[in-house]
Amino acid sequence: MNHPTEIPTRRDLGADLPAVTEDQRHIGVAIPREGVRRLTQGRGQFVDDIELPRLAHVVFWRSPVAHMRITRIERSAAQALPGVIAVVVGAEIAAICKPWVATLAHLAGIKSAPQYPMALERATWQGEPVIAIVAETRAVAEDALGLLEVEWESLPAVLDTETALDPATPLIHPELGDNLCFTRSLDTGGVDEAFARPDAVAFEETYVFGRHTGVTLEPRCQIADWNPGDQKLTVYHSFQAPHMMQDLYCRQFELQESQVRVVCRDVGGSFGIKVHAYPDDFATVALAMLLQRPVKFVADRLESFVSDIHAREHRIRARIAATKAGEILAFEIDDLTGIGPFSMFPRTSGIEGNQVVNLTGGPYKHKAYRAKLKVVFQNKVPTCQYRGVGHPIACAVTEALVDGIAAKIGMDPIAIREANVIPDDAYPATGASGIKLEILSHEACLREAKRVCDYDALRAEQSQLRKQNVYRGIGVATLIELTNPSAAFYGVGGARIASQDGATLRLEPTGVLTVMSSVGEQGQGAEAIFAQIAADAVGVGIDRVRVVTGDTDATPYGGGTWASRGAGIGGEAVLQAGLVLRENILATAEAILQRERSGLKLHRGAVVDARTNERLLDLAELGRIAYFRSDTLPKTFTPELMVTRHYAQRDYPFIFTNGVQVSHVEVDVDTGFVKLLKHWAVEDCGRVINPMLVDEQMRGAIVQGIGGALFEECLYSEDGTLRNGNMADYLVPMAGEMPDIVVSHVQSPTRSSQLGAKGAGEAGTAGAPGAVMNAINDALAPFGARVSSQPITPEKILRALGKI
Amino acid sequence: MKSPAFDYIRADSPQHAFELLAKHGDDARVIAGGQTLLATLNMRLSQPALLVDIAGFDAWRGIAVQGGMLRVGALTRHSEVESSPLVARHAPLLAQAAPHIAHRAIRNLGTFGGALAYADPAAEWPACVLALDATLVIASAKGERRVAAADFFQGLYTTAMHPGDLLMACEVPLIGEGERQAFSELSRRQGDYAVAGLAARAKVSGSTLRDVRLAFLSLGDRPIRARSAEAALQGGAIDDARLAQVDAALRAELDPFDDLTHSAAAKKQLAATLMRRAVAQLIKEKS
Amino acid sequence: MNTPTDSPKRRVRVEVNGTPIVREVECRKHLIDFLREDCGMKGSHLGCEHGVCGACTVRLDGQIVRGCLVLAAQADGHRVDTVETSTPSKRLKALQDAFVEHNALQCGYCTPGMLMAALELVEQKPDADRTQVREWMSGNYCRCTGYHAIVDAVCAVLEQQRAGRFADEPVASADEVRA
Repeated sequence: MNHPTEIPTRRDLGADLPAVTEDQRHIGVAIPREGVRRLTQGRGQFVDDIELPRLAHVVFWRSPVAHMRITRIERSAAQALPGVIAVVVGAEIAAICKPWVATLAHLAGIKSAPQYPMALERATWQGEPVIAIVAETRAVAEDALGLLEVEWESLPAVLDTETALDPATPLIHPELGDNLCFTRSLDTGGVDEAFARPDAVAFEETYVFGRHTGVTLEPRCQIADWNPGDQKLTVYHSFQAPHMMQDLYCRQFELQESQVRVVCRDVGGSFGIKVHAYPDDFATVALAMLLQRPVKFVADRLESFVSDIHAREHRIRARIAATKAGEILAFEIDDLTGIGPFSMFPRTSGIEGNQVVNLTGGPYKHKAYRAKLKVVFQNKVPTCQYRGVGHPIACAVTEALVDGIAAKIGMDPIAIREANVIPDDAYPATGASGIKLEILSHEACLREAKRVCDYDALRAEQSQLRKQNVYRGIGVATLIELTNPSAAFYGVGGARIASQDGATLRLEPTGVLTVMSSVGEQGQGAEAIFAQIAADAVGVGIDRVRVVTGDTDATPYGGGTWASRGAGIGGEAVLQAGLVLRENILATAEAILQRERSGLKLHRGAVVDARTNERLLDLAELGRIAYFRSDTLPKTFTPELMVTRHYAQRDYPFIFTNGVQVSHVEVDVDTGFVKLLKHWAVEDCGRVINPMLVDEQMRGAIVQGIGGALFEECLYSEDGTLRNGNMADYLVPMAGEMPDIVVSHVQSPTRSSQLGAKGAGEAGTAGAPGAVMNAINDALAPFGARVSSQPITPEKILRALGKI
Repeated sequence: MKSPAFDYIRADSPQHAFELLAKHGDDARVIAGGQTLLATLNMRLSQPALLVDIAGFDAWRGIAVQGGMLRVGALTRHSEVESSPLVARHAPLLAQAAPHIAHRAIRNLGTFGGALAYADPAAEWPACVLALDATLVIASAKGERRVAAADFFQGLYTTAMHPGDLLMACEVPLIGEGERQAFSELSRRQGDYAVAGLAARAKVSGSTLRDVRLAFLSLGDRPIRARSAEAALQGGAIDDARLAQVDAALRAELDPFDDLTHSAAAKKQLAATLMRRAVAQLIKEKS
Repeated sequence: MNTPTDSPKRRVRVEVNGTPIVREVECRKHLIDFLREDCGMKGSHLGCEHGVCGACTVRLDGQIVRGCLVLAAQADGHRVDTVETSTPSKRLKALQDAFVEHNALQCGYCTPGMLMAALELVEQKPDADRTQVREWMSGNYCRCTGYHAIVDAVCAVLEQQRAGRFADEPVASADEVRA
């Protein structure tokens, strides 16, 4: 337990694949991120660190109940408190900010109701903003909250997804006719036939996944600054997709792009929480415009729990059929999921369930599949896309079913997977749900997983220890993850969310390189890998590269960070821009040196003789001449030392990745407590740009997955109020309980780009809940006990064991 | 969130503190380490007008053996208890329990007396001092008085202290000849409040236990002595049949509440498991 | 009862990273708001403001505390050290370097508190093994990493210390710190 990693991280994976640039020295190498040194010295710049002249602070009075009609608001006492600048109600905000309805055309039939920045007559979840108080300090604004007099009439709350569609259940939005947001059915045919086959064995179970929330350590925050002089809005934001927000501010406030600048400097964690457009976000912008001064909103942790999106909350009835010989024949699922009172803007809350339908059974070669999905409204915090979006659900269900059927027919969990995954030589392939799979490596990953965890030794130890009443379990999960999305994800549905990204590379006069990318940095290392790619593409040392992101005034237009696309999409744009810049530099050298282009090469920061590597022209000298001595260049030649290239993945709807996780646990059968002994992850994200970053990103995602599997749940009382909305009672994983996590890589580059990189941000979260649940059930197997409801608490294990 | 506004005064002596508390009554709150109080204020769960800081009373801080007792000053920090050689020698139960109290940064400021006076049924020190038959020394403007731990904890966050009282020290009997002490708790995460915890001690000879004390935390509205289970463990060899009787007696006498994720039934199961493991540890442990 | 219009203040003198700072502050103000708003030191972060997440961990008289659970008024006359110091000790510098080298931070929001907690561990528990490092660091929440790299980084500095790298910069024992 917690021994230092026996298998050291491989520092250089670059040589495992054909090089992507002429002199590849950085791509594939574990280069530490020098850019984060300032963060170790407390010299970051997070939104709350920014102070502006005339800065005011907003706090929100939020609905204290799940559903209410507001009958009276008396604000005079609050307004009279010294230091209070304004007390503003929903109608005053609605006068300058249009409402929105979050639907997508390609999610057929999805519906939602108009949503306003602050509630007008009714509030529909505990936490919905109702009144804004702007004051000179946060403390005074909070003081004034206590002076508001608000009267309301409680309305019946819709909470239980199982009864949300019953005729007797009240409607949250009467104009919609029911509480159904979205439904989808998929049937390949052949499912009933598969289950009816004489040689078929079936396994059926119901899975429950609790509500989570993201708990970014830096809460959601922004400063909206409306300058009445130039009629421009600047929003300093802690966000993942600056251009998307720029577009939304333009639309909701009827501004032009030229009037809106969104700046995202240091972002203290995001995980999907910071890719949605929140009501309080628009309210803050509206307040800045109304008051004509900058307004800062920093969510307090207690309000984060009721205003950040929640996620998951699924009940899935599922079954699998396989032959007695171990051939998987069919999967069937029925997913019921609750999303709060509104579909979340602008990505909709239909995507997660849609993904569950698309991804369940994804690694396997069965042909028969049937899925039903119902997405219902409820009076709880809205849910939406959070790290892994549907993947952890689909993977846990699929992998639990596979383990269940394997046990029934007496097959080893890895053996049944080896027999049923879509083989490595069968790509491109189409999964039963219709998903297009470009190139995956399930077989290679299963082999590597068995090797790194020493599977046979683990099994031997397990049976030995069982004789001493020590119950260990080994859980395997095979997974697929969708990354590098094309416009098929959002654009085709009418959402103005860019699937393309851009990179601008500029050679500065001193020969250093500035990279400007539309993909920003939230800690995942985007800036670091862009520097690595740019350095190799152009041919300079990484110490000569700096990266600028997170400013709609400075970077190319693009989608930003979501759906594991930063490396694959943003990275490819950097590569393409770099390769063109390299050519432009050589063309400039040709003009300066008056030598044939074909005889020149850009090598390690200088133009050299292509044959002898003799240094002919340092980039600093080239820059000096190009920028300051244009008089010495031929009249017909203009140096173009700034290059922009864009990239969108258009070959497939998504570029899928795959991997295998193995969890090793020990269950204390007298207490129901689970000890995580170790976790292994084999991942294939295509070309790895920096193995050290991928490793810890995988680990962080795995820990987030473990959080959902064992610890995290938003617990609601019967009246629809959150019972554990604080950091002490909502259990995020901490260092003490987490295992050491060994990461191993298989590289199957995508052919949809020259770089070949796929995403790596979410696969960890996708696989961990399934692996951990399977490990626990493996440990409980001698007792004939199983758990299928997450988070898997000691209570649930004790009940499964019949101890209580 | 930010605290509501309040005034803050450093009392320069107990007398000064008593005067301030008498003058301001319910509007005043005592702060020592402040590790619970300030979290409560930051959530605006209470609105005192005045905080009276007593942390500067050096005479109320420190650990010493006096009059055959281990005296722990109320203002002693948790981390000082944790690292005290005197505690390790004379009251190892406290040394075993200390690392379970929250995290180091909290233990560096939070005080022994503060945790006792707050009387959280999920806290470690109340169960420990109950198991140790310790005496709480209470100071007030009228003088000092001593209350046995068994009489001190009277309910949820409720003690034998009156308004205006301050907890001054705790006197712990020194570990006796043949006595062994064992602390254990089950928490979901290191440093979290326990789902169930047990402070146990007994005089041990061979596999026979005498003078058994089992004090549970997180199993009721106050630290709970399991007297039936104690009696069932008293004297005679401990075997599986005896343990089953003790187990049954324990489950019969405990009446825990559900918490956010554990039912009362689960808590009884955990308590019974802790009891069995504590008994095994007491018997097995080398003296 | 105070009304919110009556927010009493106190004059405090706190030595912050070696520099004495005198300010008039509201009694209710905690140490992190004091550092951030009154001293301009933005390096210490608030993650929960109720004493759980550890992002606000700073050193008060040489010992780590939750900065959100200490009033500026309580710190009057005391010494506060944060990661923002321009004169880091050798151990702090080594930890900062190790965090970069091992990729022990991603977004960096938890890092200042994480480093302060790690520093006290290195100083006070020089023999800590990997499990003890995990236990000690369990008071500091990181949502980005899987903690593994943080544990690697802290263990690496403990190794350096055991190899004598900081021998010329002795550490006061816990008891001396208190005295």
